[in-house]
Amino acid sequence: MTRQWSVALGVTAGVVLVSHALAADRITLGFMTTLSGPNAIIGTELRDGMQLAFDQLGGKIGRLPARVIVEDDQQKADVARQLADKFVKSDKVDAAIGFSFSNLMLAVYRPLIDSKTIVISSNPGPSQIAGKDCSPYFFSTSWQGDNWAEAMGAYLQKKGQQNIYLLAPNYAAGKDVLTGFKRFYKGSIAGEVYTPLTQLDFSAELSQIKATNPGAVFAFYPGGLGVQFVKQYAQAGLKDKYTLFSSYTVDELTLPAVGNDALSLVITTSWAPDLDNPANKKFVDTFRAKYGRSPSAYAVHAYDTIMLLDGAVRAVGGKIEDKEALLAALKKADFKSPRGFFRFNTNQFPIQNFYAAKITKGSDDKPRSVIEDMALKEYGDAYAADCPMK
Amino acid sequence: MSVALVVEQFLNGLQLGVMLFLMSAGLTLVFGIMNVVNLAHGSLYMIGAYLCAWAYASTQSFLFGVAAGLCGALVAGLIIELAIFRRIYAGDHLDHVLATFGLTLILNDLVRFIWGPAAVFARVPAFLAGQVSIFGAFSYPAYRLSIIATGLVVATGLWILVTRTRTGMLIRAGASNRVIAGALGVNVVALYTMVFALGAALAGLSGLLAGPIFTVSPGMGDNVLILAFVVIVIGGLGSVHGAFVAALLVGLIDTMGRSFLKPVFATFLDRTGADNSAPAVASMLIYILMAAVLFFRPQGLFPPQSR
Repeated sequence: MTRQWSVALGVTAGVVLVSHALAADRITLGFMTTLSGPNAIIGTELRDGMQLAFDQLGGKIGRLPARVIVEDDQQKADVARQLADKFVKSDKVDAAIGFSFSNLMLAVYRPLIDSKTIVISSNPGPSQIAGKDCSPYFFSTSWQGDNWAEAMGAYLQKKGQQNIYLLAPNYAAGKDVLTGFKRFYKGSIAGEVYTPLTQLDFSAELSQIKATNPGAVFAFYPGGLGVQFVKQYAQAGLKDKYTLFSSYTVDELTLPAVGNDALSLVITTSWAPDLDNPANKKFVDTFRAKYGRSPSAYAVHAYDTIMLLDGAVRAVGGKIEDKEALLAALKKADFKSPRGFFRFNTNQFPIQNFYAAKITKGSDDKPRSVIEDMALKEYGDAYAADCPMK
Repeated sequence: MSVALVVEQFLNGLQLGVMLFLMSAGLTLVFGIMNVVNLAHGSLYMIGAYLCAWAYASTQSFLFGVAAGLCGALVAGLIIELAIFRRIYAGDHLDHVLATFGLTLILNDLVRFIWGPAAVFARVPAFLAGQVSIFGAFSYPAYRLSIIATGLVVATGLWILVTRTRTGMLIRAGASNRVIAGALGVNVVALYTMVFALGAALAGLSGLLAGPIFTVSPGMGDNVLILAFVVIVIGGLGSVHGAFVAALLVGLIDTMGRSFLKPVFATFLDRTGADNSAPAVASMLIYILMAAVLFFRPQGLFPPQSR
């Protein structure tokens, strides 16, 4: 690129100099997520979503040729920290994007923000960053961590559900999710159980549920735990007796492994493959064509990250050196998300719609999520009030 | 708390115990006879689960799936023994740990390379998918009952093999004192290979049974391996019937703790106190048991006679 510029300089020096002062000649993005180890599946999904957006834009972001540096944080905080340093000091990225887990996000948050690097998270949304530690340099295209559980709480409250049995693994996120759930759900609770994070077999808990005879069950079991829990729930014959509601437990990534045992399960989501808008249709069709599988919400978040940047860089006419203008343009969220409604809150986390979706057999005989009802309309998060930005 | 619930939880505990036994039987045999710490045992469990799920899905025959899982784990065991273990028997435990841990990492990534990082679908065969009514008091998943039955049959078979056959005598001889056994003309090399392959097949069986209940995903054996080590330490390293008793003990204590500790705690604590402390204590119970066994009986509950 630089070489091309210097050739051009020789020909029409004056014109080029003027335009060079006005707009950058390219944009560099540092993409960091977990691409190895047991949790690589989410990182891979993020990378694929990002790549799809990139392809659709012809490798350019806001008409600027773009370079994306893809790095694997190995789900280790120290590695993430080193990568953040590399992004800032040697790659001199214009924005750091991607990310995987909340603890890693918190580890790189300060070094990136303090160096005035624009950070756009496609996945983790820790409450600290949504609340008092918010920054004008940080944007989230995904969610605040409690969102889907809050949506489920709101949905069950709206339905007038009573006597619900709660289950979650015994670690920080497990407690946060149940707290988020109870923020909107005010009905009675039949039981609240925390299981060890390494537990494989839920037979004891399932027998306990049967003995308690609750009105319904809400469970939070991320990743592989979700596959186990939902399968065992169906095998124990509980599926038809007590409707299972869950958040972050089954998604497009784990649905193939759960199979028909997931049918009639109700989940919350901010996106589903059948959301009816042109941006979503294009996204789902092109994703399936490129990767031969159905996308998940993670891919949507990464896709939107690139589209958000594209819209903002376009709006400032490629003058990405003007950080103030670029930040203001980003905050306008001028792009079409497959999620439909999308806007930034004062803390620069999304305000979006959350839906309750039921796992139903699709036309191809495979289970998929189909939206049933709006759970929370145009909702931000519970922490924005603590954020000093207005 | 009704009698039906207690019986049901007992069955749950039994099922977990039986599964742990299948996993730890091979581990304890390999350790007892070859004095090798095999951290790759969990990978054989994973191989069994993957091959069964894959063969079942592609042939639609559960029998084929089971055969593929068993044979696959057995063959993998043979290859691993011939290619790697045979070279490291003479080394110390640190060498074993290094080699077998490395092997675990390689096999986990190999599985990820072949089947992808996402969990693979493994289903219960149709004839075991339903519920069975137990004394008309409660219904219990047929598949879990079949796991209990399989485990008890295998345990009996192993018991006969170890105590009633010539091969079993050699195995016991090898476990008691492998140097003397070798000096008496036992073909120790062949015995090692056979025992290792047997252990691998048992791990594969455990994995393929676990597939439809747990997640079939890369690294699925690593969590189970920890529990299997707890079992063989409690049972006595190298002892198959020790592993059986310890596995049932661990399965029952873990399950009973998870289900009944909370009501017990609730009798003298308030609700939030019981809610918070019961799961924490329940998840520690088996490790407390292990610590107690190590303190009062460091050789385990049923150590093999003399070494």
